[in-house]
Amino acid sequence: MMLLSTRGLSRHFGGLKAVENIDFDLPEGQVRALIGPNGAGKTTYVGLLSGRIPASAGSVTFDGQNITHLPAHQRIRAGMAYTFQITSIYSRLSVQENVALALRWRTGGNEIATTKRASDALERVGIAERADQPAGDLSYGHQRLLEIAMGISQQPRLLILDEPTQGLADSEIVDFISLIRGLASEMTILLIEHNIHVVMQTADAITVLNGGEILAEGTPGEIRKNAAVQAAYLGTG
Amino acid sequence: MSEIRKSWGLHIGVVSLLLALNFILPDYHHGNLARVMVLACYAMGYNILFGYTGLLSLGHALFFAAGMYGMSLTVQHLGWSAGPAIIVGLASGLAMSLIVGILSLRTAGVAFMIVTLMFAQAGYLAALYFGEYTRGDEGFVIQKAARQIGGIDLSDPMNRYLAALVLFAVCLFITLRVVQTGFGRVLVAIRENEERTRMLGYDVHRHKLLAILLSGTMSAAAGASYGLLFGYAGATFASVQYSIFPLLWVLLGGAGTVLGPFVGTLFMFYLIDLSSDISTAYMLIAGLTLVLLTLFAPQGLVGELRRRTLRWLP
Repeated sequence: MMLLSTRGLSRHFGGLKAVENIDFDLPEGQVRALIGPNGAGKTTYVGLLSGRIPASAGSVTFDGQNITHLPAHQRIRAGMAYTFQITSIYSRLSVQENVALALRWRTGGNEIATTKRASDALERVGIAERADQPAGDLSYGHQRLLEIAMGISQQPRLLILDEPTQGLADSEIVDFISLIRGLASEMTILLIEHNIHVVMQTADAITVLNGGEILAEGTPGEIRKNAAVQAAYLGTG
Repeated sequence: MSEIRKSWGLHIGVVSLLLALNFILPDYHHGNLARVMVLACYAMGYNILFGYTGLLSLGHALFFAAGMYGMSLTVQHLGWSAGPAIIVGLASGLAMSLIVGILSLRTAGVAFMIVTLMFAQAGYLAALYFGEYTRGDEGFVIQKAARQIGGIDLSDPMNRYLAALVLFAVCLFITLRVVQTGFGRVLVAIRENEERTRMLGYDVHRHKLLAILLSGTMSAAAGASYGLLFGYAGATFASVQYSIFPLLWVLLGGAGTVLGPFVGTLFMFYLIDLSSDISTAYMLIAGLTLVLLTLFAPQGLVGELRRRTLRWLP
């Protein structure tokens, strides 16, 4: 069963074809990495999926429903969660309130349930003891974790992570990998990631974008051996 | 939970204090405070949009005047009694905020400020244009006989004060309740980071529109009550000056605090009152004080209090 599919999905900015005619299928329960060199169209592509950016052509199907024309907030409510490439939290609000905002609509405004689930999500990513701090006081790595906590607190069917390990220390990356592995049994994950080590450790399958188009798709082993990918992205080493 | 109880305690305490002042204040200050309470409702309405939602409107005089004219014109020209006329004032404010909201929310930032300013100017010019009914800048007096609700004479200072207090308490408790609900928290979230809020699954446009409706209607309630309690309606209240006032009051008192608008309005009122006792150049003294306050308490009086000690202040 495909959770997410796109057909002929395109986005043009003037003459620039940022995303061109992408057919893509993501089965339920998979961890899929989306990789590609800078400017390959990865962020634009997930922007089209989440509704941040309107498509120029093509369609997006999520959970059997055509969501191409659905506004972003309704896609989130349909079961997508999205974390930003550049950390986007409420820096003046408490860590706890950041997560509470993410999930309050799911609990129907029940504050006890909201607080409980927010605490659980913070516990899960390992920053529960900082719940009362203003989010802006957290270290960068912890802010990235807070973003993920906001995403998973919604208990989404699809979690979209846009370069979650960017700027993290090596030790934090190790924790991140185990976090993703733990989440994999609960939700489908689409991961944009530059760090090949993280991709190889977490992904069930990889899609490689280049110049706004799909260059290759396959298991980590297949992608590693793919000559076109090596030329475009991994280099010759 | 205890923070919620504390904030209700504080706000109920403020209302009780104002009730007690009714019986002890000398005439002059008694009248002033009634006026300040009504204007504070205008500021509270403004604060919902500016302080909590982060939308800076430069055209709120339109809503204040919509309430004032909605009430006073029906009294003056249709001979309605004050009660139903107040409802007309509220409905005018609601309708006006719906129209302005739908159109102005197509813009953001500076464009939003300019669009709201232009709408308010159009309203001001309309008030002048229909001078036959509104008597323009000169305005008109609402007769004492018409200023009654349920047999209570609102031109009587005691009744006027109590009526102002009732309105004030209603607006204060509505604001307090709103900021404690999920809806109010989403407004704050929009102020802090609009795109993030959208990507958490909230209909940002709908929330902003509701904020404008609430803000505009509360401003109109203040306008309608002001006309009724003080017996006058004039186009000055629709002028740009009256769009700037609530912004100043809210900034001084503390944007995004429930009590800030009242504190700011009170402070500004007495700042001008006291400095005009000292010198004819009272605006210089007032201006200087405002500059100093902006420099040293940029979050406003109540905002500063919250930052320094009372972090639980809503």
